[in-house]
Amino acid sequence: MRFLSRPERLTRLGVILWALRIALIVFVLAGSYATLSGASGLVLSPEGWRDLVITGIAQGSVYALIALGYTLVYGILFMINFAHGEIFTAGAFTGFFVAVALAEEGIMEANPVLGIVILLLSSMITSMIVAVLLERIAYRPLRRAPRLVPLITAIGASLVLQYSFRGIYGSGVRMVPLPDAIQGRVEILGIPILRSQLIVVIAAVGLMFALYYLVEKTRTGRSMRAVSEDKEVAGLMGINVDRTIATTFAIGGSLAGAAGVLYVFIFNQVSFAMGFLPGIKAFTAAVLGGIGNIVGAMLGGLTLGILESIGPFLLLSGFGVPSTNQLRDVIAFSMLVIVLIFRPYGILGRKES
Amino acid sequence: MKSMKLSSVAFAAMLVAVACTPGAGTPTTGPTTGGGDPTGTAPSGSPDMSPDTAPSGSPDMSPDTAPSGSPDMSPDMSPDGPPSGEFGTVEVASGQPIKLGTALVITTADADLGTDSQYGAQVAAEIKGQVLGHDIEFVFQDDQCSTEGGTTAAQALVSDPQIVAVIGTSCSSAGIPAAQITSDAGILMVSPSNTAPSLTAPETHEEFYARTAHNDTVQGAAMATYACEELGAETAATVHDGSAYAEQLQQVFADEFVAQCDGRITRQEAVAPTDTDMRTVLTTIAADPPDLLYYPIFTAGGALMTQQARQTSGLEDTDLAGADGMQSPTFLEAAGDAALGIYASGPDLAFAGDFYSDEFLPAYEELSGSASPLSSFHAHAFDAANMIFQAIEDSATENADGSLTIDRVALRDAFFAIEGFEGITGNLSCNETGDCADPAISVAVVAPVADAGDDCGASTGEVCFQRIWPED
Repeated sequence: MRFLSRPERLTRLGVILWALRIALIVFVLAGSYATLSGASGLVLSPEGWRDLVITGIAQGSVYALIALGYTLVYGILFMINFAHGEIFTAGAFTGFFVAVALAEEGIMEANPVLGIVILLLSSMITSMIVAVLLERIAYRPLRRAPRLVPLITAIGASLVLQYSFRGIYGSGVRMVPLPDAIQGRVEILGIPILRSQLIVVIAAVGLMFALYYLVEKTRTGRSMRAVSEDKEVAGLMGINVDRTIATTFAIGGSLAGAAGVLYVFIFNQVSFAMGFLPGIKAFTAAVLGGIGNIVGAMLGGLTLGILESIGPFLLLSGFGVPSTNQLRDVIAFSMLVIVLIFRPYGILGRKES
Repeated sequence: MKSMKLSSVAFAAMLVAVACTPGAGTPTTGPTTGGGDPTGTAPSGSPDMSPDTAPSGSPDMSPDTAPSGSPDMSPDMSPDGPPSGEFGTVEVASGQPIKLGTALVITTADADLGTDSQYGAQVAAEIKGQVLGHDIEFVFQDDQCSTEGGTTAAQALVSDPQIVAVIGTSCSSAGIPAAQITSDAGILMVSPSNTAPSLTAPETHEEFYARTAHNDTVQGAAMATYACEELGAETAATVHDGSAYAEQLQQVFADEFVAQCDGRITRQEAVAPTDTDMRTVLTTIAADPPDLLYYPIFTAGGALMTQQARQTSGLEDTDLAGADGMQSPTFLEAAGDAALGIYASGPDLAFAGDFYSDEFLPAYEELSGSASPLSSFHAHAFDAANMIFQAIEDSATENADGSLTIDRVALRDAFFAIEGFEGITGNLSCNETGDCADPAISVAVVAPVADAGDDCGASTGEVCFQRIWPED
């Protein structure tokens, strides 16, 4: 092990890293140039690029909302709550059942705004309950256990929840009935945008501002930040640590529930395993933005959404790679690695002392 | 330093999660019974066996043959198939059932496809009753419509030495590894719904593999004919999901569309089976809007593609078409109103003869509890099972004590020798690479049941796949 700490070895590693960084920049520039100059004969219209970016922003908002749950819990407990994707699924399924009921009652068509608010609230409450119960049953008893233990529990909880959904709701894919009010397009500044995407972005931005206010300006937020700084000292200062942690799970869970409904607005489908991939992507987004950092999670989610949307076409099609969209996940996870090479603590992450 | 450790722990955990947690399907579901008999009832320890038959569970094989579970093949296998006795025999004691395995997709979003075939096979056994005086028993496995699922299901089946033959798989991606595993063990496998051309191509065909489903070289060509002759399409784009079925079918279609119609393929795109966002693919396709968009993928992805294609600017005038992987009620439910008007190729179920409507369908409905077929391959599964029964009758030796000796290679040869078999799906004859189908392809359009009437295939009760081509 001693040779590793020799300075010349470290320099060599540094040289390799720098070479890698330069190669990546060259690759990105060359790929973008080749695509944009139409070298491969494939040209996308400006409207096409615009649609890709809008799709990416809508998708990224959902990632950001889920990522906030990862980041909040990590910020306080330093653990990755892998069952977070399933909390998201719980919200989406609640959205499905409530949407079916609202559609049958005719509320959805008569008053779509009220319908959407009911959908969001019911899903947020369900997911909040699931998250708080999860914390109480699966994580709190392990509060003093070594760090890997709750992590494994989280993976187990994720599987338990996922297969409970399968047992309860079956393995099929179901369509969510949505009112006409959130279908079709609406023009904003002359740009036609899908209504569903617009609602998703507005709702996500609103929730993020609410969260930011909650954490930075309220008493609850102050105690959350205190617990995140140092649990024991915060306890000595009279903060109820257990309740603060439960509150954190509740907030993260309700954001995931909202994300579930918004996801349903975009994709119209629910199925038992739907939380897995968005969960992993949102975790990626949280790490990308700097895990533990709230603004970072939002930024990471949006970055990931947009990169996923335009990345494969922009970077690869110029080189004549066929069917670039199939490589979307490759691009998404490569981005994680690349960002961590440049900024090991994420976009907004700070090196901890 | 502390946080370095933390992030490496987080990373390791993510990798663990990716490795352990399932995406669409998972190998953790074991043998699942699809509404039929429970699995794994080997005739172990049954008291009424005559002393000269096998003891419980162990295959009675002559000592010089390899156990059927181990791929102990001699390297000098002749091109005409292995010599008789190479893979041993299955001994079915008097009063014991003949065990057949199934490896069909009975979970996940594509469960309709496999459940439908499973009912078809069960109806065949029900109507047949007994084969050479023995009952028929099924062991149900799940191919999960994936390579991993097909591997797991086939391995579970070949590990049971009493399995005589396998009906499966549903999906071609599962069929490729499963055909290899069963063929290595010398077990006849007949698929009711694998359609990928490579499975029966001379260079990639596995010795013990056959199918009663059409080969997609036929389906792709039929869709191309329909596209240019009926829809008047001059340009087309395709999307596949990386599965063997979709990738090969869209390629056949693309080649035929160019060859038959002098058409132009604008783009051949691909998505991942777990993708939910199809808009990026559709946006790149809309850069050069085609007359027809052909995406022969499965139910979940197909529904998302259908809905999002309807919302993509630039594709308003594009006809949408899928294939048999989407012809199920699940697809119609998942796609909702967006499905109306999309085309789908598939096996022609306008079967001649009264047997299908008078005997098969009532038995199927009783078993499934569903008023309409779940998918398009129940008849192919019915024919596959009956051909296996015939091959057993042709090749098995009936012993004096009432037991049955089935030589695996003789069974395979008897199956491949079947000619002019009168099945529901037509007149079936196997060629040397295992294509047994009498392929007839039709094209259906999604329409309200009220308008479609008797031409309905898979249906939700409100909308269904209405057969529209070829005209009778």
